[in-house]
Amino acid sequence: MTKITNILLTAFIVAVAGNTLQAQDQDLLQLVKDSANDTKKQWSTAAFKSTRVINGQSMELLGKGVLDVRILHRFGLLSNGADNFFGLDEASMRMGFDYGITDNLMIGVGRSTLNKELDAFFKWRPVRQADGGFPVSLIWMSGITAHTMKWADTTRKNYFSSRLAYYNQVIIGRKFSNAFSLQLSPILVHRNLVTNADDENNTWALGFGARLKLSKRTAFVVDYHPILAGREPGTKDPLSVGFDIETGGHVFQLHFSNSTGMNEKAFLTGTTDDFWKGDIRFGFNLSRVFQVRKKK
Amino acid sequence: MNLLIRKGIISCCFILITTSLIAQDKFFTKSGSISFVSKGVIETITASHRSVTCVLDSKTGALQFAVLMKGFEFKKALMQEHFNENYVESDKFPRAEFRGQIANNGDIAYTKDGVYNAHVKGKLTMHGQTKDVEAEGKVTVKSGRLGAVSQFDILMSDFSIKIPGPVKENMSDKVTITVNCTLEPLKG
Repeated sequence: MTKITNILLTAFIVAVAGNTLQAQDQDLLQLVKDSANDTKKQWSTAAFKSTRVINGQSMELLGKGVLDVRILHRFGLLSNGADNFFGLDEASMRMGFDYGITDNLMIGVGRSTLNKELDAFFKWRPVRQADGGFPVSLIWMSGITAHTMKWADTTRKNYFSSRLAYYNQVIIGRKFSNAFSLQLSPILVHRNLVTNADDENNTWALGFGARLKLSKRTAFVVDYHPILAGREPGTKDPLSVGFDIETGGHVFQLHFSNSTGMNEKAFLTGTTDDFWKGDIRFGFNLSRVFQVRKKK
Repeated sequence: MNLLIRKGIISCCFILITTSLIAQDKFFTKSGSISFVSKGVIETITASHRSVTCVLDSKTGALQFAVLMKGFEFKKALMQEHFNENYVESDKFPRAEFRGQIANNGDIAYTKDGVYNAHVKGKLTMHGQTKDVEAEGKVTVKSGRLGAVSQFDILMSDFSIKIPGPVKENMSDKVTITVNCTLEPLKG
């Protein structure tokens, strides 16, 4: 009995000693809990090339200290034909400045020629997707718009608050792979003043945004916002498809869309063209980023 | 029975002694730093990393490094994104490793304070490619700890990291890497 135990014990010792010796020869890094090896949290980055899918906000934020100068154009209907240079003769634009206060908080302001409208928003990411962490990013975005046109009806009492509209949005997004990202973004737009007495002040929509990377620097993007409730009479669901092209510090987003509006209130309550009937217009977003404050 | 217990104790002591002896030969860090500079005509790119893992076996001179590519920090957020997305493809190749040897390990007295020259040879794996690398460095022994510093050049093209056509003129293929680690004794 003792002999057997002895043999077993010796065998065990030899086995253990042999193992450790072998391990030392092959992989020193495994001796320490190699921080580069364990599944430490790694933030997921660059789900979209820009902070906008096309019209709607994407799950991306600017880095800390980054200024993004954005010039957006929407042209006339392609169906206007060669006479109107396929809509390029008429352009509506928005100029905007976005800034990253931290990696998880950004603000932006802009002005659109459409309705002479000012807009401002903040976007905050409380939860960020990470390898070995949470599977999705959650983003909160709130904004306000104010149109600065002269009142159409000067005989009635016009309040400043009637110029304003607000929007609140939650973005739930995931970068599924290097090539594919998808996000859902329910949004509520509230207009203080609507056109007709029966029109709803609150408009609800569910945004879908997707990106498919075609190469390292180009991607195909879809941005769709079906209106769920409170539709402004006569408006359609905004749908845009396009390509992101990245060249150094620039991102060009070239797309085809049925909407002209370039802020959330404008494209969710003012898109009157029907994409499926061919009422499509060309547009582009041009984004140029500047690192205005050092990261560290 | 008595004999068995005695044998057991002796064996255990033997294991303990050998492991502790082995352990004292090894030094490590998880917070080493690596930085790199690429000087181009227009763009100079610098980045640094502060959680480099390094293990050195002073007995054999075996030296290994591991680093997560996403941990390199750049001054510009966009540069960092481009580095990970377009150049080293960190999602596909998250980790870089060096496995090598101090060729003149015999010249370094690890128990005696001083500064020693080290000639390191080994294989660097990055972006899915493995290349032989040689570097000159210095090992500083001071009160039981080791300082390890080295600087060497690599070519991005050796690791099939491509610079796109439009910026080829502005950027340099050569990258100078600086390693600076303080290694502590590895306790079993």
